[in-house]
Amino acid sequence: MSFLELNDLRVHFPTDDGLVKSVDGLTFKLERGKTLGIVGESGSGKSVTSLAILGLHKGGRAMISGEIWLDGEELVSASAEHVRTLRGKKMAMIFQDPLSAMHPYYTVGAQIVEAYRIHHHVSKAVARKHAIDMLGRVGIPQPERRIDSYPHEFSGGMRQRAMIAMALSCDPELLIADEPTTALDVTVQAQILDLMRDLQQEFNSALIIITHDLGVVAELSDDILVMYGGKCIEYGTAEDIFERPEHPYTWGLLGSMPRLDRARTERLMPIKGTPPSLINVPSGCAFHPRCAFEGRTGGKANTQVPELLETEGGHLVRCHLPREERRAIWENEIKPNLESV
Amino acid sequence: MVTYIIRRLIWGVVMLAIVSMTTFAIFFLVPRLAGATSDSLAARYVGRTANAEQVKIAAERLGFNDPLIVQYGRFAKGIVVGADYNYGPGVERCPAPCLGYSFLTRLPVWPDLLTRLPVTISLALGAAVIWLIAGVATGVVSALRRGSFFDRASMSIALAGVSLPIFFTGIVSLVLFSYGRPFAITAPGGSFTPFFTNPVQWAYSLLLPWITLAFLYAAGYARLTRSGMLETMNEDYIRTARAKGLTERVVVFKHGLRGALTPILTIFGLDLGLLMGGAVLTESTFSLPGIGKYAIDAITSQDLPKVMGVVLVTAFFVVLANLVVDLLYAVVDPRVRLT
Amino acid sequence: MKRKTTLGVTALGAVLALGLSACGGGGAATPSQSGSAPAGGGAKAEFNAALTQVFNPSDKKGGILKFANAGDWDSLDPADTYYGYSWNFIRLYGRSLVMFKPAPGKESTQLVPDLAETLGVPSDDAKTWTYKLRAGVKFEDGTPITSKDVKYGVLRSLDKEVFPDGYTYFNDTLDLPKDYKGPYKSKGVNTDKAIETPDDQTIVFHLKQAYSGFDYFAQLPATIPVPEAKDTGAKYKEHVISSGPYKFDKNEIGKGFNLVRNDQWDAASDPNRKALPDGYEVTTNVNADDIDNRLLSGDLHVDIAGTGAQPATLGRVLTDPALKANTDNPTITRLWYTSINGNVKPLDNLDCRKAVEYAADKVAYQTAYGGEFSGGQIATSLLPPGIPGHQDINPYPAGADNHGDVTKAKEALTACGQPNGFETNISYRAERPKEKATAEALQQSLAKVGIKLTLKPFPQADYFALYAGKPGYAKDNKLGLAVNGWGADWPDGYGFLQQMVDSRVIRETGGSSNISVRDPEVDKLLDQASLETDVAKREPIWGQIDQKVMDDAYILPGIWAKSLLIRGKGVTNVFYSEATGMYDYLSMGLQ
Repeated sequence: MSFLELNDLRVHFPTDDGLVKSVDGLTFKLERGKTLGIVGESGSGKSVTSLAILGLHKGGRAMISGEIWLDGEELVSASAEHVRTLRGKKMAMIFQDPLSAMHPYYTVGAQIVEAYRIHHHVSKAVARKHAIDMLGRVGIPQPERRIDSYPHEFSGGMRQRAMIAMALSCDPELLIADEPTTALDVTVQAQILDLMRDLQQEFNSALIIITHDLGVVAELSDDILVMYGGKCIEYGTAEDIFERPEHPYTWGLLGSMPRLDRARTERLMPIKGTPPSLINVPSGCAFHPRCAFEGRTGGKANTQVPELLETEGGHLVRCHLPREERRAIWENEIKPNLESV
Repeated sequence: MVTYIIRRLIWGVVMLAIVSMTTFAIFFLVPRLAGATSDSLAARYVGRTANAEQVKIAAERLGFNDPLIVQYGRFAKGIVVGADYNYGPGVERCPAPCLGYSFLTRLPVWPDLLTRLPVTISLALGAAVIWLIAGVATGVVSALRRGSFFDRASMSIALAGVSLPIFFTGIVSLVLFSYGRPFAITAPGGSFTPFFTNPVQWAYSLLLPWITLAFLYAAGYARLTRSGMLETMNEDYIRTARAKGLTERVVVFKHGLRGALTPILTIFGLDLGLLMGGAVLTESTFSLPGIGKYAIDAITSQDLPKVMGVVLVTAFFVVLANLVVDLLYAVVDPRVRLT
Repeated sequence: MKRKTTLGVTALGAVLALGLSACGGGGAATPSQSGSAPAGGGAKAEFNAALTQVFNPSDKKGGILKFANAGDWDSLDPADTYYGYSWNFIRLYGRSLVMFKPAPGKESTQLVPDLAETLGVPSDDAKTWTYKLRAGVKFEDGTPITSKDVKYGVLRSLDKEVFPDGYTYFNDTLDLPKDYKGPYKSKGVNTDKAIETPDDQTIVFHLKQAYSGFDYFAQLPATIPVPEAKDTGAKYKEHVISSGPYKFDKNEIGKGFNLVRNDQWDAASDPNRKALPDGYEVTTNVNADDIDNRLLSGDLHVDIAGTGAQPATLGRVLTDPALKANTDNPTITRLWYTSINGNVKPLDNLDCRKAVEYAADKVAYQTAYGGEFSGGQIATSLLPPGIPGHQDINPYPAGADNHGDVTKAKEALTACGQPNGFETNISYRAERPKEKATAEALQQSLAKVGIKLTLKPFPQADYFALYAGKPGYAKDNKLGLAVNGWGADWPDGYGFLQQMVDSRVIRETGGSSNISVRDPEVDKLLDQASLETDVAKREPIWGQIDQKVMDDAYILPGIWAKSLLIRGKGVTNVFYSEATGMYDYLSMGLQ
């Protein structure tokens, strides 16, 4: 059994308008020391998935089914209190926008110390020393001084480093980073990504990076999972996804991906349309209303839900298009466009 | 910080000056614009048997014949350096801050206010403790159990508390818990006992007014806390706190309440400052001889020096409360810079 | 709040020389009972049980009587107070020369000596009044009280700048040096011309004009002695030096005060006071409804203002026999009436005025003031029953049910030459809802006989000075009727009637309470009464005046005011005093 395994995870929220199927049958595995990138638009269910792993839906309105196995323990059926003791220690999370994710009224140090002391019965002084260590390790200069600063006194990059220090303070074996660089400018993004890679190697933890930006996962991920409408629509190694993507949505993501090696003036190719409603999910393939190749499925697109099928060597795709046709489209119509300029 | 406080204090003095001028103008300028003469103003303060000559003498003695600016200047001077009055065998010195002599009782206003402040402060502080604890606790529980029976029931009661006037809730509570009932929990009206004389009697005489006044405010604070908590508990940093593995108790009280309390602190400070100027209805209903009752009596008898005294004391506490709130805000919220 | 209206400055200007009056007969006063309960008293709780007899008589001493006041004293200073309840209460800590007898019923209107040994001894021309002080009376500090202290007390009360709340009876009657302004401003001025103190026990008042009723002045709080050395001017009210059985312990103006026993008071020197309780606890500025509720529950003994229960309480008390049994409903010496102005046509015609008298719905008038218990009893003439000389007359019966006699009114209209009625205006004080209700009630009942009234509200502050009381204005604006009211400072025919019916108080400049009564015969009767030294002959004259004004139909009497007083639980010696129009506060004790 892998270190982390999700089996047919479903997270549904009952609302006044109907049932919102935020995550609808998600399955994947992740080993220690490996990095998984989960990519998708907002509302695709990627953040809900990460919160489900951490058990943060427990006690709320969410209806959760399926299995989440972490290091041999099943978490969906585990008690909220037990999952809480794992949180922060065995698994930790780095949130998007550290300005709002850190409490504005407590110093950075206090927030790290608090995270450490909840799982380690040590004195405040020891915890403080540990926090200074952690701040140093994430590259914050003069950590013994900055530890008493408030989050708003940090720059965006510094804040994200502090956030990382807080998440790593208890040596978590699973680290989930939710849009860790979205709020940062481009040069800082690179630094943070480098830092995370280094730290992951140092701690040998399993890392899940959640982002809407393929560019971020390109540099870090071993595997990439593309989500759409609460479902996985393509899964494969980073090489699979970047070199041989087979789902039209993935192509769209690649087309709209800003790259450091591309000129700023270049026009991105946005995906037309809007993300699907999670209540009135489009019939058939959830992506078909936005899909340029919907007509080539022989009418199955809006009648049948496509299955997630292996195309080759662990590369999974959920698409009605015949495999050959997908490859042909990629090779002949998409790839040249992406590289033409 | 020090310069900030100094600047705020200076501004506070300016504020008090403006408030006093405005009060003065409302009292003297407006009636004059409506056609009142010095004599007709003075006629209010000469008893029932005065003839025209006595009214004229009174107008002269009260200084109503001077230009308004001179009258105001005399009043302001009294506050700064004191003033002399002659209402009897000898000249009486009214030391600074001299808020003047009552037009009607011909006694200095300042000592009156000093004897009434303990009542109002006792009432306000006692009620504040109750409403803060009750209101915030109710609000927190309601927010955490949003939509539950407790939430609905307490918010309905809170709505009632905000809507029902004191002279209703006060009288109902008096009828239920006083007036010779065997379980009377309050002393007869008007019998205020200073804390330092007898703390038990002090609390006994104030319990019902406290609860009545606190009910009004607690209701507002419960609603405020509830909405604040609902908002705060949706903040990203609450999710972060949970992700750290903190227990729910720590999440709610250390992270959630801390965020939700800041706006409450502001309102609390201002409410308390305003209440120092007297809880008019509560004091009237329970016949407590505080600043509020004094104010009502002063206004109904059109006794300007008393009105001015009350207005200035109230304004002083509001200005002070504002300053304290702002200072506290800087302590509570490190993002706030006092400049 | 002020239940007593002033007799008026001008009243004294019109004071005529009276001869030796019988009521001022030297040495004739009978000392009232001391210690023994009057006969006829009872402890059975009944409606009106304390009206004419002592309720719950007892000589038990001890306890603290608790009083509460919805407002506040104008002043506790004897020189500076003009509230009826204050005159009633002040006797606990101050002794004036003369006082009203603390006894129930008619006896309460008798004057008896207090600080003085006897009632005043007048000179032959009634311009000089001499009082001898009792021996051995002391201030609370043990200093003997002398006639100089009484003189000083009267003189300081003359300073209306420092003591504006009081009356001007002494300012107006004493033969003072010109421009005398009281002892503060006219320091060292010799005032022997007005008040002489030939020795420590004797005080002699010299009047500008003869006045046989000077004993009524001598009962005023201004004759309470004040030690000059302890006088602090306006601040004296914070600690009045007691000459009575109780002295001030703690006094916070605006909040309340405590009275404790004055150990320098000697019961032997004081035949009038029982001094039963050990002390008094008085709270001021208490919510009026709160006072009623606490009275009923027993938390409180006396509502000191003595004006009766609040409207909210009335309904409760009158419907609950157990509560009602602890109340009294006296008729006080106040008349609510409507002036019929003979200067406004066609009311210059007697028959037209009579038509108004007949047509008026007296029940509606009563309802306008709050009904039988809180409003008052229907008045059929001017003099209230409590005033000596009152006679039961009813010149214009308002029909069998008191709703007005339409037939007689129409007959009167025909006699007046206005068989179909006429139009006129009725004025009232805009701030007074009861007067507005009265005007509306009259509008309705007079309309039945064709008299059409238009309502004319005026601000009460200038009602007499500028509008209804200014003859020119009233005539020009056809104010045929004017809602009005009058009460006396003390129960005396002269005090009650003179300001109301003497045509000579009407001035073209306005300001008089008499708006409509212009009858030389009435003026003549007033003068005659003032000169009549025999009280037995004088009192019937008040009745004659009443009859004459009614015959003239210048006044439409509405109601004689009543109040509903609540007897406190456990209070002994409760009785209604006609002199004060409320319970007597001097005799009460606790069970």
